[in-house]
This record gives sequence, structure tokens and C-alpha cells, in this order.
Amino acid sequence: MSDLALKIEHVSKQYRLGAIGGGTLKGDIQSYIARKKGEEDPNSKIWSDAAYRKNEKFMALDDISLEVKKGEIVGIIGHNGAGKSTLLKLLSRVTAPTTGKIGINGRIASMLEVGTGFHPELTGRENVYMNGAILGMTKAEIDKKFDKIVEFAEMEKFIDTPVKRYSSGMYVKLAFAVAAHLDSEILVMDEVLAVGDMKFQDKCLGKMGDVSNQEGKTVLYVSHNMSTIKRLCNRCIVLDHGKKIFDGDVGEAIEIYSNNDTVFSNYHEFKKADYWEHYLRSVQMLNTTILNTDDCVFESGQNVECELELHSNIDIDNLRLRLEFSNATDTFTGMSCSNKISRILKDETKKIRFSFGTDMLSAGKYKVTYALYYANNLGQSTTVDLGRNANRICIKETPTEDKIIGDYRMGGYTRYPDITLLE
Amino acid sequence: MSTEETQVFNDSDFDTVVETKNGILDIDVKEIWKYKDLMLLFVKRNFISQYKQTILGPAWAVVQPLLTTVVFTIFFGNVAGLAPGGVNSFVYYLCGNIFWQYFSSSMSMVSHTFTSNSNIFGKVYFPRLVLPISTVMTNLISLGIQFCFFIIAWTVFMFIPGYTMHPNWTIALLPLVIIQLALLALGCGIIISALTTKYRDLAMLVSFGVQLWMYASPVAYPASLFNGGILEKIYWCNPMCPAIELIRSSFLGNGVASFKPEFWGISWIVTLIILTIGVLLFNKVEKTFMDTV
Repeated sequence: MSDLALKIEHVSKQYRLGAIGGGTLKGDIQSYIARKKGEEDPNSKIWSDAAYRKNEKFMALDDISLEVKKGEIVGIIGHNGAGKSTLLKLLSRVTAPTTGKIGINGRIASMLEVGTGFHPELTGRENVYMNGAILGMTKAEIDKKFDKIVEFAEMEKFIDTPVKRYSSGMYVKLAFAVAAHLDSEILVMDEVLAVGDMKFQDKCLGKMGDVSNQEGKTVLYVSHNMSTIKRLCNRCIVLDHGKKIFDGDVGEAIEIYSNNDTVFSNYHEFKKADYWEHYLRSVQMLNTTILNTDDCVFESGQNVECELELHSNIDIDNLRLRLEFSNATDTFTGMSCSNKISRILKDETKKIRFSFGTDMLSAGKYKVTYALYYANNLGQSTTVDLGRNANRICIKETPTEDKIIGDYRMGGYTRYPDITLLE
Repeated sequence: MSTEETQVFNDSDFDTVVETKNGILDIDVKEIWKYKDLMLLFVKRNFISQYKQTILGPAWAVVQPLLTTVVFTIFFGNVAGLAPGGVNSFVYYLCGNIFWQYFSSSMSMVSHTFTSNSNIFGKVYFPRLVLPISTVMTNLISLGIQFCFFIIAWTVFMFIPGYTMHPNWTIALLPLVIIQLALLALGCGIIISALTTKYRDLAMLVSFGVQLWMYASPVAYPASLFNGGILEKIYWCNPMCPAIELIRSSFLGNGVASFKPEFWGISWIVTLIILTIGVLLFNKVEKTFMDTV
């Protein structure tokens, strides 16, 4: 027996676009005839005729190979649609891969959803047995663990009440407790920790760390929450459009994931996807260019000079610009506002030049969101247009004694003026 | 990593190997046995949840066959005069009804296996056959309750003069008949469930088809209505026919219904063929039905 818990070899999962939507034999025959004739499928829902004519297939997972050793806690991250859940579904044998092979050593307990098989009419006790059995335990095994499960879930008082009377938090706590106490060698989890209160979430993370460190269990954990990934995992895999693009160190993986969609370009045209639709857009931002760089890399403290092109549908003289900075993990770190922009006439297209300082930004990657707003005399402000993540800039710091911040994790944060030590 | 990835995939290194498709005969009976606790828990769950928060509780199991039997007795027995003479028609119909009911309700419940459990199936793996088997077993409990009721009625009418009942040795075959009904219901049900994962049309036919099947079986009338000729032979090839007739003849006497061992043998063969086809079909779809259901 090898020391591997899991081996995935050249696994792909393919779905046919729209084809399953028909659902009746008639629909399928229609689709079939339409395809033969090369006509538009009358049953395709979203996908255009062009996509259908090619009989397009969608690869949810594309040739993934992966090995997981026993006792590892592996995080799996990626954007929506990257294939994370499909991968977990294949691992937990809910559906079979289109090609490839998966080898598993030991039992897998999958928690693609907490409380699978919980029946509202049954009591907590009955459901613990039910849930445990669904996850692959025998009655004798559950008997042995029952007290521990109830204790972990903090449910001693309510265990003989039907779960339909439970609050959603109680429900989830009990369900997690069952899964965490399974005798399975591999634990597969899909963002189940997004529930429960802070204290319980903390307890769950601790428990998961324990099952891996002390009991030698293997954990596969999918989440969008980078801080739990960082805390829990010792290896991380990044998926993108069904492909594995990174496998290794957690910090690096998060960096890659966060900047996955980053194109460092000094020119940005505001597109529909950047806008928030509920703004009036009486003044529209058209594009913005960073003037003093090509690669968007700045030394900390260096000024960034930009040119923003606007088109106005109204005559306005109190317009202002606000820049909002967020770091690689999409956490807002600060903002900066301009003075009034000089008068713009109705139907005028105008270029505005401005510059902003970067001395408050520590080393890291930032996204800059543009917002146009105006304020009246009473101080009430109205945002007229907003373009998300228009600029992406990278701040470099030459390490000198003054600039040392002491912890690499603090990269990508605003650095406030230094602490003055009072003698 | 790159060196590890070049290693050959060696099946024997792993407990479980997940591959693209099941082989046609790839049925893991041992695995199903491993999940026997789950099976029993499903039975318990189904049974408890069925009668929770009702006053009569499991006694409800008796109500439906009782009412059906009363209706049958009045219309088929008294009005149409289809019941055979020499036996109380209430007991006669009750006997057929409870076993037919067991078969038909098991079959239609099993036929909804995939659609009604897709939320569990979509989240966790266990041998899919566990659920249909536990459905059939759950219905056995109801059958047990109904059978007790039948035995009470049967005993009562036994002592009422004027009705003659001649139970005979074939009562000993009853467990075999019940097993046969369970297997037949399971087989038919999983065939339908396997065929309805993609196309639901067939599901529409099920409730209607069950009714038609009932009229093709000796539930509302005695099999002796078909007397002689090729029609009788065809009629007796319906696997439900020898089964129900066997039960009736063993409790009520040979004159009321007839036990034909040769047709009972045929019905067992048909049952096993249907079950085999069902398991093969079910096995074929169970791995990927989640993508189409």
C-alpha cells in the first residue's frame, strides 16, 4: 500500500451544453433532427445557434492529474465555474468522470452539503445515525462516537427533539459534528464552514486541523474564504476553467488566484461589466490611461499620473473623482478624493489629467476603482458613475531599514504615517 | 511534482478505483451488504416519517386496503357477481388486495427512486441500490400490519357458519410468495426508475399502467373466469396471477382459487429475469444519472 491517499490521473468531465435541458424524448429528437439539418436547436436555452451547431461540449474539468499524500490538508481554490465542485463530486463518487481514473485509499466522507439526508421528522439522535450511515459508518461505529458527536455539537439538551424544530444553526452544528467524527480517512469539504457562528466556525477549523495532524486524516477543502484556506491548508491547488494552474505553497496559490484575472495594462476602457447599473451615468467615464508607465509597476512613493476621458450629458461644475484602492484579496484598503473638476458642458467629451501618490501603499498589487460624484452645499453627495478595478498597479519597495514592515502578510495594505515614540 | 506524475497508475495501490463507466456485470453485492445498517435506517426513517403526527399511526396502513376491499365487495362481489361462491367475498377480496397493494405501491415508490432522492444522491455516495431495496422493505412492514388484520378477519369468518374455508399446506409457501412479490416490485420499479432519469414520460405511464395491470391480474375477480384455451395460458403468464391465486387457494381453499405449480414456476423465472434486467439497467445509469436527472 502506498502512502498516497488519492491519485487522480488525466481526469476530465464533460457536459453537453444545453442538450440536457430538453428532458423529453420529443425534445431530444427535435434537437437531433435540428443538428442533422444544421439548423438552430429549438430546445437550446442559453447557447446561441452557433455554439450548438458545433455541438459544443463544455469541459468542467480538463485533464486534471493530482496526487494527495496521506495526512495532507489540501485547499482547492478557483473562480466560480473553475471546476472545484465538479472535482469534489467526482471524488465523492456522486458522478463518474468522462475520462481518466481516480484511485482512493480509504473511505471518503464528503460534505458537499451539511446534513445530507437529515429528515425533518426524525429526532436529532435518529438523524445522527441516519447521517452517519449515509456517510458510510456502521451502527456500531456511530454508537461509539455518539457522545463525542453530541458534545461537540453542544446539543445535549435537544438531541431527542425532531430536527424540524431546530434553528438552522443547530442543524448545521449537528451535521458538521457527525461528519467531523467519521472514521473516514479522507474528508472532502465544500465551503461548509460558511455557516454557524464565529465561535463554532473557529471550533470547526480547529477540529479539522486536529483530524489531520493528530489522526492523520487527509482533508480536501474548497473555499472562497482565503483566510480559512491560509489557516488550515498546507498545500493549495488553483483551478481555472477546468485546468490545474497551480499546485503548491498556499501563499503563492492565493496570490495567483487573486491576480488570475489581472492584466497589467496602462490603458483601460470602461466596459459595461465594470459599471454598477443603478447609477444614472449622466457623466460617463470612457477610458483611463496611466501616463508615466508601461508596466504599471511603481516604486512606493512615486506618483501615478493618469488621464481620464469623460463624456457628459449634463452641464456640471461640481464633479469630483474618488479613487478606491483594494488589494489583491479584494479587501478595500483606502481611498483618495479630488477637488472639483472644472466645468464640463453638456455633450462635451473631455480629458482630465490627475496624479495620486503611492507613499501610503505598502508593497503589493492594488486595484483602483473610479467613482465620479458631486456634492451639494449641504454635503450630500451623489455618485454618478463607477467603474470597478479600472487600474491595476503594482507597488515595489526597495527594502531599506525604514521600510521593513516585519511581516510579509501585510503586503497590499495601506501604511499609515509611522508611529512616533514619545520619550 | 513532475516526477510523481509520471508514475504508472497501479490499481492495486488503491482500495477504490473510480473509472469512467461501470462494466455491465459490475455489481458489488458485498458493498451493498456493507451498507446494511444504512438500509435498515432508511426503512426506519421511511416508516417513522410516514406516520409521524397522525393519531392512528401505523393503523392507517389498514385503512386503505379496508376501504378498497369494501368497494370491491360491493361492486365486483355483490353488484357484478364476480366473486366465487362458497366463500365470504370480503375475505376473498381482502386477501387479494393486501398483496396487490404491496406489490403496486412498492413498485411505484421504487420507480421514483432517482427523482425523489436526487438531493441525497447528488451529495454523497453509497450503493444506489440500497434505497430501492429499503423502500421494498419498508412496505413489508405495512404488509405485515395488513396481514395481521387479514388473519383476524379470516379467523372471525372461519367460525361463522355458512362459509367454508379450507386452508391447506400451501400456506407454507407464503414467505416465498412474499419474497417473489418484493423482487418483482423491485425489478419493475428499478427498470422504470432507470428509464426515467432522462425522460420523465414513462413516469406518467406508471400509475396508469399499475391500474391496467391490476385488471389483468386476479384481484377484482377470480382467475377461473378465464377457462380453457390459449387465453387462459397467456393470462397465467402474468407473474402476479399465479402468486395471488396461490395465496388465495392456500387460505381459502382449492375450490375458490387454483394453485398451478407449473405457472408458478414460470412466474418465478419471469420475476428473476425482470429483476436481472432491472439491476443491470440500474447499474448502468447509477454512476452518471446525476448529470441528467
